[in-house]
Amino acid sequence: MQRKLPLALLIIMGILGFAQLFSPHPRWQDTHDILRNDMLRIIGAFALILGLGNLLRAHVMKIQRRAQNWPYSIVTLVGFLMAATIGLFGDGPRRVGMFRTEINGFKFDDMTIYFQIIVPLGATMFALLAFFMASAAYRSFRAKGFLAVLLLLSAFVVMLGQVPVGAAISRHFPDIADFIMRVPNTASKRGIEMGIILGMIATMLKIMAGIERSWMGGGE
Amino acid sequence: MNISTDPWVWVGVFLTLSIFSFLWKENGFYRFGEHLFVGVSNGWSLAFMWNNVIKPVLIDRVHMTFKTAGSEGLSWKLFDPYQDTNFLLILWGIIGCLYFTRFIPKVSWLVRIPIGIFMGYYTGLSVPAYFQGSILPQMGATVLTRNSFASTGTAAVAVLVLIGVLCTLSYFFFSKEHKGFLKGTSYIGIIFIMVGFGASFGFTVMARMSLAIGRFTFLLRDWLGLVQ
Repeated sequence: MQRKLPLALLIIMGILGFAQLFSPHPRWQDTHDILRNDMLRIIGAFALILGLGNLLRAHVMKIQRRAQNWPYSIVTLVGFLMAATIGLFGDGPRRVGMFRTEINGFKFDDMTIYFQIIVPLGATMFALLAFFMASAAYRSFRAKGFLAVLLLLSAFVVMLGQVPVGAAISRHFPDIADFIMRVPNTASKRGIEMGIILGMIATMLKIMAGIERSWMGGGE
Repeated sequence: MNISTDPWVWVGVFLTLSIFSFLWKENGFYRFGEHLFVGVSNGWSLAFMWNNVIKPVLIDRVHMTFKTAGSEGLSWKLFDPYQDTNFLLILWGIIGCLYFTRFIPKVSWLVRIPIGIFMGYYTGLSVPAYFQGSILPQMGATVLTRNSFASTGTAAVAVLVLIGVLCTLSYFFFSKEHKGFLKGTSYIGIIFIMVGFGASFGFTVMARMSLAIGRFTFLLRDWLGLVQ
C-alpha cells in the first residue's frame, strides 16, 4: 500500500499526461488544461513551500546547536522573514496589504526589495565568477596537445571577438568568433543536447514504467 | 563627484562590496551578503508563489465557490471541475498539503502521493513535448534541404553542421569499439566538441564580465557619480 498506491498513481498520471497529444477533442484538452494549470501549479507551489520549510528548519537547528558560523543563520532567517512578511502582508505595486510599504517617499515593497537587494547580490555573485573562471583557466589550461590548443584558441577568439579591442586588432575577429559560435559550437552542442534529451526521455519512460523507483526513497 | 543620497543605493553598494570582498579572502562581510541573499530571495519566492499561484489559483477561487454556495445554495455545478469556481480545487490543495506529512514519521509515506502525481503527469507530458520541442526541431535544423544550398555560404555551413552533429554523436556512441571508420569520425567529433567547449567557456566568461562591468558602472555612476 505504502509503495504500490503512489506508484499506481504515478503510472496512471503518466499515461494520462502522455495521452494528452493523442486527441484534439475539446473536452479532453479542457481536462488537460485543468491538470496543467490547476493541479500541477498548486501541487508544485506546495513543494516549494516544503523546500523553504526545510531551509528554515536547517538554519534554526544550526542556531540551536550553535554550529560553526551560526550567527549568519540569523541573517538568513531575518532576511527570509522580512522579505516574506513584506511580500505576503505589505502593500505591493498591484495590491493593497495590511501595512504601507512607503514612508515619506522611502519605498520598501517587494519589487523594491527585488531590485535593490536581490538583483545587486545576484549580479555581484555571478560577476565574481568571472574572476574565478579566469584564474582557474590560467592555472589549469595548458596547451599540451592539439585538442587543448583548439580549446584555448576558440575561447581566446570568442572572447576577443566580442569586445571592441578584438575588432581593433583585426576586423576579422568578430566574424571568426561568430563563425565558431554558429558552426562548430552549434554542431557539438546539438549532438550533446540530443544525447542528453534522449537520456532524459529514457529515464522518464523508466519512471513511468515503474522501473526507476528511487523517487520513493528508502523504507516502507 | 556627485555621491548618491538614496539609501537604497548605499544598501546596494554595501552588498556589492561585501560580495566582492571575497576576492581578497573569505570574510564576515561576504558571509553576511551570501546568507542575506539566500534568506531574502527565498522569502521573496515564498511571497511570489503565494501571490501568483496559491492565492489566485486556489484560495480566491475556493473562497468564491463558498460564497456562491452560500448565496445560491449547493448545486452540482459547484462540483464540476470544468467550472472556474468548484470544490474540487480543494482536492489539489489537500494533495499539496500531503507534502508536509514528511514531518510526521507515522504517515510520512503519504508524501509519495503528491510526488507520484506530480512526477507522473509531468513526465508523461514531457516525453512527447521533448520530442516535439527539442529532438525533432534539432534534427530538422541539421538535415540538408533544398534551402540549405541557396548559396555557397549557407551550403558550407549546413554541411559542416551536419558533419559536426554526426561526428559528435559518433563520439558518444559506446556500443561499438572506436576502431576504423568510427575512430576517424569520433576524432572529428572531439575536435568539434573541444572547439564548442572553448567557445562556450569564452562566451560564459564574457557574460560574467558583462555583469562585472554592470556592477562597476553601478559603483562609479549610481553611487559616486564619477561617470555619466
